[in-house]
Amino acid sequence: MGLLSKKDSKLILDPLADNNPITIQVLGICSALAITAELKASIVMAISVIFVLGAGNVVVSLMRNIIPSKIRIIVQLIIVATLVIIVDLVLKAYAYELSKTLSVFVGLIITNCIIMGRFEAFALGNGPWKSFLDGIGNALGYGVILIIVGFFRELLGSGTLLGVPVLGDPIEKTGLYSIGYENNGFMLLSPMALIVVGLIIWVQRSRNKALIED
Amino acid sequence: MEHIELFFKSIFIDNMVFATFLGMCSYLAVSKKVSTAIGLGAAVIFVLAITVPLNWLLDQYILQEGALAWLGPEFASYDLSFLSFIMFIATIATMVQLVEIVVEKFSPSLYNSLGIFLPLIAVNCAILGGSLFMQSREIATLGLAFNYGVSSGIGWFLAILAIAAIREKIRYSNVPAPLRGLGITFIITGLMAIGFMSFGGMLTGGDEPAAVKDSAVKVESIEIEKEKEKIADKTAQVIQ
Repeated sequence: MGLLSKKDSKLILDPLADNNPITIQVLGICSALAITAELKASIVMAISVIFVLGAGNVVVSLMRNIIPSKIRIIVQLIIVATLVIIVDLVLKAYAYELSKTLSVFVGLIITNCIIMGRFEAFALGNGPWKSFLDGIGNALGYGVILIIVGFFRELLGSGTLLGVPVLGDPIEKTGLYSIGYENNGFMLLSPMALIVVGLIIWVQRSRNKALIED
Repeated sequence: MEHIELFFKSIFIDNMVFATFLGMCSYLAVSKKVSTAIGLGAAVIFVLAITVPLNWLLDQYILQEGALAWLGPEFASYDLSFLSFIMFIATIATMVQLVEIVVEKFSPSLYNSLGIFLPLIAVNCAILGGSLFMQSREIATLGLAFNYGVSSGIGWFLAILAIAAIREKIRYSNVPAPLRGLGITFIITGLMAIGFMSFGGMLTGGDEPAAVKDSAVKVESIEIEKEKEKIADKTAQVIQ
């Protein structure tokens, strides 16, 4: 990373693994779980959050000296809500079907704890460029988990990736299905999202013992 | 009847935590002890009961398409529904702050038990989610909106109470080290959600097949038809 100093690249890379917003900081779980039955929805959600968190962090950081601290939560909520309305309208215009699938969860980006958490913890005390990098980094960390969960749920649940069948045709019995493989419809149900995230946490913490609780 | 149905549906079938994962952040963060879980749960019921009917009024008389007709016929064509996110969250944030001030003034004892949780609640997805689902499910009357707010709050309360009790006990069990704390909580919540899915047939008496089952049945019937076609082809070949 020639463009970024060492400190700056740490801002982006840290949240991807060792300080991941979902598995370590436990923020932003709500939307992460509900929409991950398909990989496509997960990717769109990740992109939306990257946009909202990157832009929101810059705006809050620019306004940090003029926001009165007593009403800062309301001001922050209004900033996020405005950005989320932009995302929602863009989705409705260019990806109507997808915005139907995501339904209220686009709106729920507003109360995604990652966003408020980063505003409070970082953007209120740092300059715009650093805040921008921090926002992008954390949103990417969130997106990575979303995409991993979406990948496994769609692959195991319906045997497709981004809607393209990859394991063969379950009806024609080609590919893997010819040797008796069956789709696990259970993966499409919402409880499995929780269990998949639990397993990701398990894998991550057994690789990095420093993260173990208690 | 309508009210009873909505009440049980929002507590058990559409449980905020187990069916739609709303308010997971505070659900995971504040569920280490039963007493704090009760405090937060009560505050969620309280705030939902206020904000959902309020946002229903806002939606009905200001935001929906044609909702401004009461101002005069020239306003009838306005559709402000794109503003609903910002209006809802502003209402919620203001109400939470207002409730905090009022409770502090009139009932210091209630404030002591609820107070610390109230600021946390403004950014709880369950609260905004309640209002957004109220809007997207087109709840018909103000009474039903109030009912929806209270009952989904109770559902959330139930969930956080259950997980807090389980987490208090699980501290004494031998969980694999990397899974301790967060990991096992996720998996338990997943198992609880599977348990709550069994409430699915509660209101229909199990007559209606669940949505997922339905698609599986369809796939099967398609398969059966294909098999039939194959057999028909074979018999045709044999005849030839």
